[in-house]
Amino acid sequence: MANHSPQRFKTRLYYALLAAGGLVAMMGLYAAHMMEKYGHIITGMNNQIVWGMPHVFAIFMIVTASGVLNIASIGSVFGKAVYKGRAPLAGMLSIALLAGGLAVLMLDLGRPDRIIVAATHFNLTSVFAWNIVLYSGLFTFVAIYTWTLLERRMNRWIKPAGLVVFAWRIILTTGTGLIFAFLVARQAYASAILPPMFLIMSFTWGLAVFHVVQSAMYTWNNRIQDPVILKRMKNLLGIFVLGTLYMVAVYHLSNLYFAKQTAFEHFILLSGGIYPWLFWSGYVVLGSLLPLLLIYHPSLGKPKFVVLASLMVIVGSFSLLYVFIIGGQAFPLDIFPGYEVTSTFWDGQIGQYQPSLYEFLLGFGGLAIAFLITTIGVHALNFMPPEQTPQRV
Amino acid sequence: MSDTDEQRRQFLKTSVGAAAVAIAPGMLMFDMAHGDTEPVSSKVRWGMLIDTANCADCDKCVKACNKENGLSGGLSPTDSQWMRKVELKDMRTGRQLALPMMCQHCAEPPCVDVCPTGASFKRADGIVLVDKHLCIGCRYCMMACPYKARSFVHEPLHDQKPDVPRGKGTVESCTMCVQRVDKGKIPACAEACPNKSILFGNLNDPDSEVSRKIRTVASTQVRADLGLDTGIRYQGL
Ligand code: SF4
Repeated sequence: MANHSPQRFKTRLYYALLAAGGLVAMMGLYAAHMMEKYGHIITGMNNQIVWGMPHVFAIFMIVTASGVLNIASIGSVFGKAVYKGRAPLAGMLSIALLAGGLAVLMLDLGRPDRIIVAATHFNLTSVFAWNIVLYSGLFTFVAIYTWTLLERRMNRWIKPAGLVVFAWRIILTTGTGLIFAFLVARQAYASAILPPMFLIMSFTWGLAVFHVVQSAMYTWNNRIQDPVILKRMKNLLGIFVLGTLYMVAVYHLSNLYFAKQTAFEHFILLSGGIYPWLFWSGYVVLGSLLPLLLIYHPSLGKPKFVVLASLMVIVGSFSLLYVFIIGGQAFPLDIFPGYEVTSTFWDGQIGQYQPSLYEFLLGFGGLAIAFLITTIGVHALNFMPPEQTPQRV
Repeated sequence: MSDTDEQRRQFLKTSVGAAAVAIAPGMLMFDMAHGDTEPVSSKVRWGMLIDTANCADCDKCVKACNKENGLSGGLSPTDSQWMRKVELKDMRTGRQLALPMMCQHCAEPPCVDVCPTGASFKRADGIVLVDKHLCIGCRYCMMACPYKARSFVHEPLHDQKPDVPRGKGTVESCTMCVQRVDKGKIPACAEACPNKSILFGNLNDPDSEVSRKIRTVASTQVRADLGLDTGIRYQGL
């Protein structure tokens, strides 16, 4: 009896987790329903800030869905054994995050009932339309790839499938960056640096999410992570965090020096209220510097610190996306360069935005969908990385 | 035999008649929604030249636009504004002016490029529109528009005008009053301007009044540096 109780406790906990995730997902659907019934008036979005909190959540999940596959690519494409054992988990996480992100994006549409129109009417010049293809492609390819990993008979296809996924996700994240980079008239976005910046961000956020899920699984199974592997993976996270910081710095510096968007940069980095605050304290300090300290400080670096660092990176990524997406729209468009402008339509004024509860519900609903898929997947299939430390890595 | 023929003929006549009666209202509605299809040709490019000299302290064009298109005229951040008055002050010289701003009906419209479904489209006569049946409300076009010309319908609508289709959850903007233009009338704003400052016409016809005026006075396209070739030109900007 006593032997069984931890198991029974776990079964209960599993169902409790499912119930909690289900509840949050239902609340997300409820928010979507209310938005469809009353219109976007119940959100904080308006004609100045047209993309809001749902887009922060959705883009986080979509970018991360691509980035988490990096683990798989290092294993299958570049043949690193440590990562190979983790590839199935990465594949499953990618599908989960993509499902969550796309659900949010779709349910935020003004006419989510017309989603089929998006599939049947295709405008080839639209980056957005390409992205629809890229997202559905990623679903399919990752599913096939994960299958080749899990099914012994399919193992010989791992490498080609892994290559396709590798190429596809690079294109996909580039595509996500291009959604913004093509907005020529907006000071915040028209920059060729965005696609590579999104790519490196995806590596970082994907690895952070992977760390969190992986250590949850180890704890659940009463197992200890191999310190050598953990060290490798945490150092990789550190490199990615640095890489993202570097790209973000280049983005702002190039805005300042080459594109001469000094007014915009002043707003987003200094004078813009919530935006600089989130940028410096949320992204730079909490989301980058502190995690780097946790990762590299010799006396820290234990599993729980790595998880803490990863969670901070995730919080930082939300801050960064908020600043990028909403701050980027809040700064007024320069329609009449050289003129001071005013109008009834907020020309020349900072856009006002106060996210509503419904937007958060929808966003968390998307995260809950990803959480549910992950939890059920991990429970039903064997995604646990193999225990033994490989000889050569 | 001939009796049956006669019956058949009679039957055919009745059915054709019935079909015509059944289809006619549909056709009528189609016509109202789409305008007469004939005059839409690339020989025509509708455009405007707006003389800003007399625009201070007047918003008759904006009012007329709201009335014609059934807009509430509300000014909250979520209300649709197809046309707005913008007050400008030159930062170097201090010169002040005002002008009406709306969809610039670009020849190379960014909203059309980015729209995933093709709901944003440009008619052969240069008018940029949103197909209310294809728009999924993603708002990417609003992100892409350099002129902030578009509005998103944030609330359910009531008492709409039958010839100006609008809908909650879709994006809309100035249509250059297609419903009037297709009937040979000029846009409501142009008609309402007490100073005749909005000159509407065919930019592709060298003899049209608007083309002739553009040849003789200095006019500007807003954000000409973007190379979008706008259909709306301003004089005195
Ligand atoms: S909001 Fe409508 S018109 Fe605008 S890009 Fe999306 S689908 Fe096209």
